Parts: sequence; structure tokens; C-alpha cells
Amino acid sequence: MSDNIILQTKGLGISFGGLHAVRDVDFVLRGGELRCLIGPNGAGKTTFFRLLSGQHTPTRGEIIYKGKPLGNLQPYQIARLGIGVKTQVPSLFEGLSVFENLELAANQTFSGLEAVSIVDETLERISLQDQRHTICQELAHGQRQWVELGQILASKPDVALLDEPAAGMTHDESLKTIEIIKEITAKSSVVVVEHDMDFIKLIGERVTVFDRGEVIADGTFKEIASNPQVREAYLGRKEAAVA
Amino acid sequence: MDFASILAIEILGSIAILVLISIGLAVVFGMMKVINMAHGEFIMLGGYVTIFGTTHAGLNIWFCILVLSPLIVGLVGLVLEWLVVRHLYGRMIDTMLATWGLSLAIVGLMTMLVGNTTTGISTPLPSVAIGKFSTSGHVFFLIALATFVIIALACLFKFTTFGLTARATTQDANMVANLGGNPRRIYAVTFGLGAALAGLGGGALAPIIGVIPTIGITYIAKAFITVISGGATVIAGNLAATSLFGTINQLFTYWYTPIIGEVALLVCAVILIRLLPQGITGRFFKGTI
Amino acid sequence: MKNPVLNISSLVGVIVLAFAIPYFVEAFTVLNFTVYIIMAILSLSLAFVWGMGGIMVLGHSAFFGLGAYAYAIAAVNFGPGWEAVTLSMLVPATFAALLGYFMFYGRISDIYVGVITLAVTLILFNLINSTSGPQYKIGSAPIGGYNGITAVPTLSWPNGNFIDINGMFYLSVGLLILSYLFIRYYLSTRYGKVTVAIRENERRAELLGYNVAQSKLITFSIGGAIAGLAGCMFANWGSFVGPTIFGLVQSAQIIIWVIVGGRGTLIGPILSCIAIQWMTTQLGMQQVVNVGFVLGIVLTIFVLLVPSGLAPLLAKIPNVVRSRLNGKPKEDVALGSPAEEGQT
Ligand SMILES: Nc1ncnc2c1ncn2[C@@H]1O[C@H](COP(=O)(O)OP(=O)(O)O)[C@@H](O)[C@H]1O
Ligand SMILES: [Mg+2]
Repeated sequence: MSDNIILQTKGLGISFGGLHAVRDVDFVLRGGELRCLIGPNGAGKTTFFRLLSGQHTPTRGEIIYKGKPLGNLQPYQIARLGIGVKTQVPSLFEGLSVFENLELAANQTFSGLEAVSIVDETLERISLQDQRHTICQELAHGQRQWVELGQILASKPDVALLDEPAAGMTHDESLKTIEIIKEITAKSSVVVVEHDMDFIKLIGERVTVFDRGEVIADGTFKEIASNPQVREAYLGRKEAAVA
Repeated sequence: MDFASILAIEILGSIAILVLISIGLAVVFGMMKVINMAHGEFIMLGGYVTIFGTTHAGLNIWFCILVLSPLIVGLVGLVLEWLVVRHLYGRMIDTMLATWGLSLAIVGLMTMLVGNTTTGISTPLPSVAIGKFSTSGHVFFLIALATFVIIALACLFKFTTFGLTARATTQDANMVANLGGNPRRIYAVTFGLGAALAGLGGGALAPIIGVIPTIGITYIAKAFITVISGGATVIAGNLAATSLFGTINQLFTYWYTPIIGEVALLVCAVILIRLLPQGITGRFFKGTI
Repeated sequence: MKNPVLNISSLVGVIVLAFAIPYFVEAFTVLNFTVYIIMAILSLSLAFVWGMGGIMVLGHSAFFGLGAYAYAIAAVNFGPGWEAVTLSMLVPATFAALLGYFMFYGRISDIYVGVITLAVTLILFNLINSTSGPQYKIGSAPIGGYNGITAVPTLSWPNGNFIDINGMFYLSVGLLILSYLFIRYYLSTRYGKVTVAIRENERRAELLGYNVAQSKLITFSIGGAIAGLAGCMFANWGSFVGPTIFGLVQSAQIIIWVIVGGRGTLIGPILSCIAIQWMTTQLGMQQVVNVGFVLGIVLTIFVLLVPSGLAPLLAKIPNVVRSRLNGKPKEDVALGSPAEEGQT
């Protein structure tokens, strides 16, 4: 079993000033797995992703990817090793077309005609064939999220980190997003951060719960949903935050 | 010994000049995150006000330096803030470019008005002899004035309502607006203050330099570099940067030539920005003003 | 502007027009136009670095000046041949690479890149300006301080013939077109596409696995080389180089050309450079209004009111005309897609 571990963190932590945004996290992701990561606002999920993608340097612990510690690699080096990120705040090449956005992603792993055919295929997957020459700025919010997911699809990373891929989407759009995520899972191991419990339920895979920088629970959706600690920490406070 | 005191005075003088040419820019950059490329032209205008005030209008030179130059240039600053700068807040690069345009325009305008010739006045202060060396008496005035400006600004920001509101605006303009303050007016006044300080610097320097419409270029790079190296903390940053650069400038000038002194200053600053991208106060002297 | 037929036909049009010009105007005008074209190469180089690459270089004249001086010094030492021309591009490109390494690998923010490049060009100006004694020499070339280097040996055609006024004009036009085509080609390659991607979103490019610092460094160096080529031509044009080509005024002019032409386009800054220089020359002939005054006002007004420059506006004209003719609603056109502008 342990042979199949693709990404692992040991005692991973980072603090900003006195704030431990991520603390002592031991996390294991296996090849082909689709994992959900939940937790209230400010739990440290985004920061955890930033650590994994090299945008922050850990203050403690280490990240082991394909059996080797990542060390102090630059974000682009980590990306080249096969870790792709969809950031929480949509981050696209705003002034470029959908096609160009995907092409830039595909070019990193593929070249020439192969890249172009992957882009075409991706356009179809994210249902934006008709918008291939549209400038990203002009897309609707949901479509922009899909373009970013499309960049993941087109670059086919070994590990995909998706930070709130369905944020701000309508129900139908969310369903489509789940489809795209499943597509990504065909080629990559995936970690999805999401707020929305219904969304997590629909994905129906193993869930890890973050709170105040720490992993407080881990299990199936059912187990998590009935875990009193999670209910109190996550659901209770989330409702308070929404209110 | 005499020589050492002269050198020390020259170094202090060099620091004082840097303070006078850069503090206005530092205030505007530190408080508003605006890099005013027309700052050198404000200095130039200050110089002209003092020169014309004394030669044409026959006014007292100290009145011109200390009152008239800052007043008139401060007003010019207010007008330009109203016309140009206020439309570009939050867009650092555009502000820089637009004020660069103003800088060119002011140089052009002054060239049309007074011609492309150097004018100057002499200082009424006698030169001061220490042993067999002597130095211009005006240097002592500059040192005193720079000291006064620093202290006055520190008091302004620490103890007055304007100072408090201005500092609060720097932290969070929306908050100030919510509390009933008017960030726009604070910005306008701050920009005017920066211009007035540049005018004061220009007036104070007029007796030891030849003023020409293009003289601003001589100062802008040094003023910039000082401010950026100092970091966002106006007074502490300015003092740290001016002390460092003033000393380096003067020592290299003494060892080699004034030009090498300037080059040494600029090279040192470029390296410093590389090492401390947030400026000196980004790393040290945090939490000061 | 994506239409290749249109592109090629307009290119041919420009070439024909350019080659016809010397038959219709006086030698003096040709001489003037030559310097416009040389400056257009310079403008193009900043349009590439800043407009396409998003690297705000305020002191771009540093590379122009280095190219001019490198050519002049090399031409005095080894004669006006290909070595001198190569050096005129190699020296600024290397300098840009060193400076770029220092800035981009140090992750210095945009605004500081602007300020540092500005400081650097002023340092160069001060340095060159202060080397007027006979002791300042590189090889057998005295640097000449504020007097500059006079009587710079000029290039001749490969067959040894002297390049006359018209020849110089043709050569400049040829180099401008070559530089333009080179940049266009580069931007269509895999590496070149990253240049624009970084302008759009540096963080995204990085997370996709692109080495942002390296790409910026390459963009910056290519820009430096092309600016150096313009410097080389400038040194040939007047057979003279002086320190003012490093000056703030020169840097400001390049920025004005690019802003007025439009950041994010290549043709815009070329045309605006030629137009503004023509205007400057006309203004210079009368003694009433100061040229710097007008240029300054133009810069400020464009930043305030027309921040994306003229090219995007001009690019819309054909659409507007077409939609008027077709009686289509104006709305489609008014949106004017930025990507098309990016390809102008
Ligand atoms: N760069 C930073 N500097 C300081 N604090 C930060 C930084 N990034 C995140 N934080 C803090 O770390 C905590 C975790 O944030 P984040 O990872 O964004 O949470 P989540 O994504 O789970 O909502 C928050 O309290 C946030 O304010
Ligand atoms: Mg988050």
C-alpha cells in the first residue's frame, strides 16, 4: 500500500508572526485518489496548498513527493515535477483568450500538434468550444473557474490541488464542475478544498477536516458528518460566520 | 584635527542636503505611495522663487527661503494634485508616468519663461574658518534647517490631529472615511506638504547652486533612491538613508571626485534595494514614523 | 489584425512606400526621416519589453546609449565592421542580462524595476559625462566625456561602397522591418508566448511551471539588444555619440512613444514614434512653444485620459466603419477585444 503514496507531509507547519496557520500536519495522498479537504474559513486549507506548491516555505516539517523530499524548490520547479494548482481566487491570463490560456498550460507538458489537440479536447471537456477565442475577462464567473480547471486538465499533473473549484457557482454549474473534477481524477491524484457540504457529499470520497491549522478528523463523508467534534468546530462556526 | 572637523561638517552638510531634497518626496511616498517624478521640478521652482524674490522683488532672502518658496511651490503642488494626481491614486506606475509628464512640462514652461540659462544668488553668510581650512557658512544653515524640518515633521505626525489622521489614512483609508475623516483631503494636503518641502529645499539650496530649468534632474535620482532605500517609514527611513548615502557621497567625493561620489551613492543604493527590497525601515526601525 | 493577408499586404505597402520616399523628398528630409526610423526601432524594443512583457523599464535609453557607445568604441578600435555591429547588440544585451539577473531573480517589484533602471541610466550618464580627460580611453578610443565621441567611423555596404543618405534610410527601414518580424516571430514561439503570459499573470505562469525570472531576463535582454541596434544606427547616422543619449529626456521620449502608441501593441509605438518625432521637429522650428512642454503635457494627458494609447482606438476604426455600413448595432464594436489589440 505505502508504495502507492504519491504525496505526503510530515509534521508540516508554517506560522505568520505568532499565528500558526498550519500546524503539525501529517497528510497522505495515494496515487489516483480523490480527497476532499474541508474546514471553516481561516482553517489553513489555502495555506496548506501554498506550502505544497512552494508558494510558502514551511517553518517546520517536510513534504515528500514521489518518495523524495521537495526541499526548497521554487514554485515553477514544483509545478514541473507535476503538482498543479487551481487557486482559490481565480487566477487566469485575463487578457488572453481561452485557447491561449489552455495552450500555455498544455505547452508545459506537451508540444506542437499534441498540445493543440489536447487543448481542443479540453475545450470540449469544459464546454467552452464556442468561447475558444473569447478573452477570459469577458467570461462569466463559473466559466472562468472552468478555464482554470481546464488548465489542470490540459497540463495533466500527477497531483492536482483544487482550491474551492465550485465557489460562487449555481447548482447546475457545480454539477458540471464535479464532472470535470472526476475527469481530472482519471489522470491525476486530486485534493479538493470545498466549503459546501452538499458538494462534498456529491463527490462522495474520503474527507479530511482542518481546523485552526490542524487535521482534526479524517474519514468517509458519513463518519465526518456524524463526528461531533467536526460538527461543533466546522458546522457550528460556519453557520455563525455566515450569519 | 581641523581637517577632521571640516570633513565632519561636510559630511553633515551632505546629509542635510539629501534630507532637504528628499524629505518632501519621502512624505508623499510614505503617506500616499505616490512616487512624484516632478519632485525635482518642485525643487527647481523653489530655487527660482527665492532667486526672483530677492533679485527682482528685493525681498529678504530668509523670508524667501523659509516662507515664500514653500508657500508658492506648495500651492503649485495642490493645484497639480487636484488636476492630475488625485485621479490616479492606487495606480503607482501611472502616477509615476503622469508626474513625469508634469516634470517635462514644468521644465519646458520654465525654459519658455526664463530661458535656458543659469542664475544664482550668493549667500549672505560669511565663510567659516577652522584652522587653515574654511567652509561655506551656508552649510551650517542647511544643517540647522534640515534638523529643524525633521523635528517639525516628527511633531506634526506625532502630536497633531492632521498627523494622526494622515497616518491612519496610510494604514486604512476606508476606515478613516468611515470614521468621518476625508482621505481625499488628507492626500491633497499631504501632496501639498511634500511640494512645499521641496520648495523649501530648493530655496535653501539656491545660494549654493546655479539654478537652471533642468536642474531638477540632478536631484530627482538621488531623492528617489534615498526615499526608496529608506522604505515606507517616512522620518526614520529618511534619516537612515540620508545618513548612509550622505556619508558615502561625501567620502567618495573627498577621495576621488564629486562625480564618483554620486556614482558611489547610486551604486550603493541599487545594491541596498536588492538586499532590502522593503527599504531599510522594512527590516529595521519598524514601528517608528 | 489577425488576418495574414492583411498583414502581408500592409507590410508590402509599407516597404513600397518607404522605398519610394527618397524619390519624392529632399535629402534633408530623408536624413530626418532616417532618424525617425532609427528611433522607431528603439520604440519597438520598449514596446516589446514593456508593452508585451510587462516589464516597466523607465531608463530604456541605457541600452540605446550602450549600443551606440559600444559601436563607436569598437568602430574606432577595429574599424566599422560586423564586429562593431555585433558588439553594439551584445554589450547592451549582456548588461541587460546582468541587471535583469539582479532584479528578476531578486524578485524586485515592478515599481522598483522602473526606478532601478532609471537610476542605472543616470549612473551611466554621470559616468560617461565625467570621462572627458585624455586618460579615459578604451583601446584607442577616447570616451570624450560630455563632448562625446566625434567622427565615429561609419558602416559601408558589404561590397565596400559608401552608404549614402538614401542608403542609410533604406538600411534603417530594413532593420526596423527585420526587428519587427523577429519580435513577431519570437512572440509566436513557445517561449515568446510566455512573455505575454507573464505580463498577464505572473503567479499563474509560475504555477504552470514557467520560470518567470528566466523568461523576463530573456525578454529584457532581447529588448536591450534591439535598443542597442538602434543605438548603433544612431551612431552611424550622425557619426557621433554623446552622453545625452543616456539622459532622462531620452528615456522619457521612449516612454511617451510607447504610451501614445499603446502598450500591448507593436505597430502603435512604431507609428507614434515617427509621428511624435515629426511633430517635435515641426515644433522645434518655431521658437514659441517649448517641445519638452508639449511632450510632457501629452504624456500626462495620455496617462490620464487615453491610458491604452492610440493603437487600440485606431484598430477599432475599420470595425466601426464596417458596422456603420452593415447597419449593425454599435455595441459589438465598442467592446473591442483586448486580445486583438494584443496582436496588432
Ligand atoms: N500571508 C499571510 N500572512 C499572514 N497570515 C496569513 C497569510 N496567509 C494566511 N494567513 C492566515 O492564516 C490563516 C489560514 O488562512 P487560509 O489558509 O487562507 O484559510 P482557509 O483557506 O482555510 O480559509 C488565516 O487566519 C489567515 O488570516
Ligand atoms: Mg481558502
